[in-house]
This record gives sequence, structure tokens and C-alpha cells, in this order.
Amino acid sequence: MGEADVRAVDVDRPRSPHVAARLPPGVRARRPWAPLLWALFSAGGTIAALLYPVHLLFTGLAFPQGWLALPGHDALLGLARHPLSRVYLFVLIAVPLFHWAHRFRYTLYDGLQLKHLARPIAALCYGAAVVGTVLAAYTIWRL
Amino acid sequence: MNPDAHATREAAYTPYHPAWYRPHMSVFWWLHKGPYAWFVLREMTSVFVAYFAVLLILQLRALAEGPEAHARFLSRLASPGFVVLDTIALFFVVFHAVTWFNLAPTAMVVRLRGARVPDWAIAAANYAAWLVLSLAVAWLLTRG
Repeated sequence: MGEADVRAVDVDRPRSPHVAARLPPGVRARRPWAPLLWALFSAGGTIAALLYPVHLLFTGLAFPQGWLALPGHDALLGLARHPLSRVYLFVLIAVPLFHWAHRFRYTLYDGLQLKHLARPIAALCYGAAVVGTVLAAYTIWRL
Repeated sequence: MNPDAHATREAAYTPYHPAWYRPHMSVFWWLHKGPYAWFVLREMTSVFVAYFAVLLILQLRALAEGPEAHARFLSRLASPGFVVLDTIALFFVVFHAVTWFNLAPTAMVVRLRGARVPDWAIAAANYAAWLVLSLAVAWLLTRG
């Protein structure tokens, strides 16, 4: 079968990897990355919803404002250096960045009507998330 | 050349192409109706999610640099500008959490013994997880 006979279809949403695997012969996904990006958006949204309010409350307000006494520097560093904490911190920072990338990308399309800049916007958003992920990994590694 | 001769071969000849009708839409279309404004406000929460992710990276860097650097970082966060910014960010992050949990039943259909788990139960499970995890993080951060 030639390339011209292959029909491209849109496959979105997390259930799509299975759908994509079951696509009939002669059909390929138009945007093979879409299911992964949607899954990262979804996971990052859940992590941010569950954990960002409490972290922001403590880091942004309670500790700097002195409502609560901050644990000593050594105690805080010791807590952050625990292997489980490192994994936790990496996931806490990296996955919501991809949530932002995905959502902000579509906010720019819809809100500012920039459909014609689709490719550069996508590259910029996901690229920034990748840069943030690398910085987070490096910072946590060096703790 | 007779245009009809070409048309019978390709069936694509249109002497008078109709102009597209595309009404111009303002960039501020989302301010015209309440629900649209809420939608855009909800979408903008992601900016504050990214802001806090970056803030976390900066805090960890200050923490690694030493006690003085971390103290400097915290005193900068105590400045009025950051207090205002973080208060707004907290509002948006909580707004994200509430809208996310309320949408969870739509995104996640759970079946138990053949019957669909009701929407309120899935939302309630999300809110319960939110409470438990928040208390756990609060305990970990303040016990030292």
C-alpha cells in the first residue's frame, strides 16, 4: 500500500494509545504526540490541584509572613534531600509545567486568535516546559 | 478556449468564486458573556501554576546555596509585591483545584459492579484526597 492510501485520523485523549494500537491497516494517527501531551496535561492538572494550594500557602505566605516558624535550614534541607522527597519534588515541578504548556497553548490560540502561529506557539510552550524540567532535575540533583 | 471543455474534464472550473463570509471577532470576545469570562479565567490559572513551579525551583536553588541565601529568598518573598502576587496566585491555584475537581466526574467515569459511580461521589473523593494531602504536606513542613 502506498503512502497516499494511508488515511490520517485525529486521535486524542488518554484512551487513544489503545485506540491507536487498534487502528485498522491503512490508517495512522494524524498527531501521534497528542495522547501523551494530553495525559501529561491531565496528570499535571491533578498534581497542581491537589498540592499547589497548600505549598503556595506555606511557601508564599505563611513562612515569609512569619505566621508559622520555619523549620531550621538543616531540617528543611535534610527533608528535601531524602530520596523520596527528590522524586516528589521533581514530579511536583515537572509535570504541572507540561499542564501549563498544554493549557496555555490553547489559551493563546482561542483567546488571542493566533491559529496561524500554531507551530511556533506549541514549540515555545512545550520547549519552555522541557527547559523547566531540565532545570528542576539539575537543581534537585545538586541539593 | 471554451471553459466548458475544461470543466467536463476536471469539474473544478469556477468562474465566479464566492467570497468567504468571515465576520470579524474581537480579541476580547470572552468579555461579552459571563460564562466566557469564567472560561478564560479558568484557562489563565495555568500561568500561576507555571509561576509557582518556577518559584519552587528558585527556592530549592536558594536552599542548596546555604542558610543565608535561603533567608534572603524568604525575605524577598515577604516584600509587598510578592505578597500581592502570591495572594493572587493562591486564589488562582485554588480556583484551578475547585474547577478541576468539579470536572473530574466528567473526565473520569468509574464503574463499580456494573453500575456507574455517581458524580458527587467522584468529586467528593477528589476533595477528600485534597484535604488529606494538604494536611500531610502541612504536617511535614511544620513538624521540624
